[in-house]
Amino acid sequence: MNRIIDAIEKEQQKPEPGNFKVGDSVRVHTRVIEGDKERIQIFGGIVIGRKGRGLNETFTVRRISYGEGVERVFPVHSPRIAKVEVEKAGRARRAKLNYLRERKGKEATAVQE
Amino acid sequence: MSIGLLGQKIGMTSVYDAKGRLCPVTVVAAGDNVLLRRLTSENEGYSAIQVGFATQKESRVTKQLLGEFKKAGVEPKKLIREFRLDADAPEGEINLSISQFQPGDYVDVTGRSKGKGFQGVMKKHNFHGQGAAHGSKTHRRNGAIGNRSTPGRIWKNMGMPGHMGDERVTVLNLQIVQVREVDKIILISGAVPGSNGSYVVVRPAIKKPEGSTKKAEAPAKKPEAAVKKPEAVAPVPKEEAAKK
Repeated sequence: MNRIIDAIEKEQQKPEPGNFKVGDSVRVHTRVIEGDKERIQIFGGIVIGRKGRGLNETFTVRRISYGEGVERVFPVHSPRIAKVEVEKAGRARRAKLNYLRERKGKEATAVQE
Repeated sequence: MSIGLLGQKIGMTSVYDAKGRLCPVTVVAAGDNVLLRRLTSENEGYSAIQVGFATQKESRVTKQLLGEFKKAGVEPKKLIREFRLDADAPEGEINLSISQFQPGDYVDVTGRSKGKGFQGVMKKHNFHGQGAAHGSKTHRRNGAIGNRSTPGRIWKNMGMPGHMGDERVTVLNLQIVQVREVDKIILISGAVPGSNGSYVVVRPAIKKPEGSTKKAEAPAKKPEAAVKKPEAVAPVPKEEAAKK
């Protein structure tokens, strides 16, 4: 890659690009702008994967909401993400936890392999 | 008033804007534009300035051009282009640094597109081609190209296979996202013609005359006023005379 582009990308990255791992139960604090007011919205769930490198890195959070599985993909370095809080550390033995999609009930809400 | 800049396409990346949206940008290095000559209506019949960009080895420049560079008192340049002006350039400094553009300004970017070689009509002209199955024996051909004895000829501009790309392309109304005076680079929203490392010409947008759009602070707002006034568009300057 080009060093000018590298520099541009580097300065946009957060110093701590998410101190959480795949399998962790997290609460993602996102900044939501409504009109001219800004508030924090929280999306809690299990990190089922991280993807991409550098500025383009994203992570996927899965939760069961009213009985329905919901997944949201967040860019790690987005300024709209205020912080990612680790609620409970999980122990995952693989990089992508797509098998959680098949699971139902209590099994799908925590990772302990 | 912004005149225009010569630059080199560095590549593409993305930046987060003030609202936290990820915005695709092209990085253009546009430092060290030097004024070579002023063309005046008196001498040349029109007003313009000649600008040079990118240092060239002296041995690679013809003696004829070398004289021009010597006269201007600058190092030999790879790229020379003219920028037309409404009136003769006033005496003194002309702003050829990247500070003539601000974030939110609209620009037109001209470059030479990537060469695609000899291409068929599906890639070159977005034809649909023919069926892939059901016994069809033609797949990617152009099909019929005309009618019968009326008109008895092929219409002009009929799309046919041939060479694609490697031509002069101008992309209109791109927005400046960032101007970094320290690094002498500008970030332009969206894609720009040509491969990385190719030279581009950045001009103020011809279809969004100065003052017609809301400035930098509110680039997100739709410039509706500008759309409604096409007659306010400045006269189109001729193709660069510098190519001679």
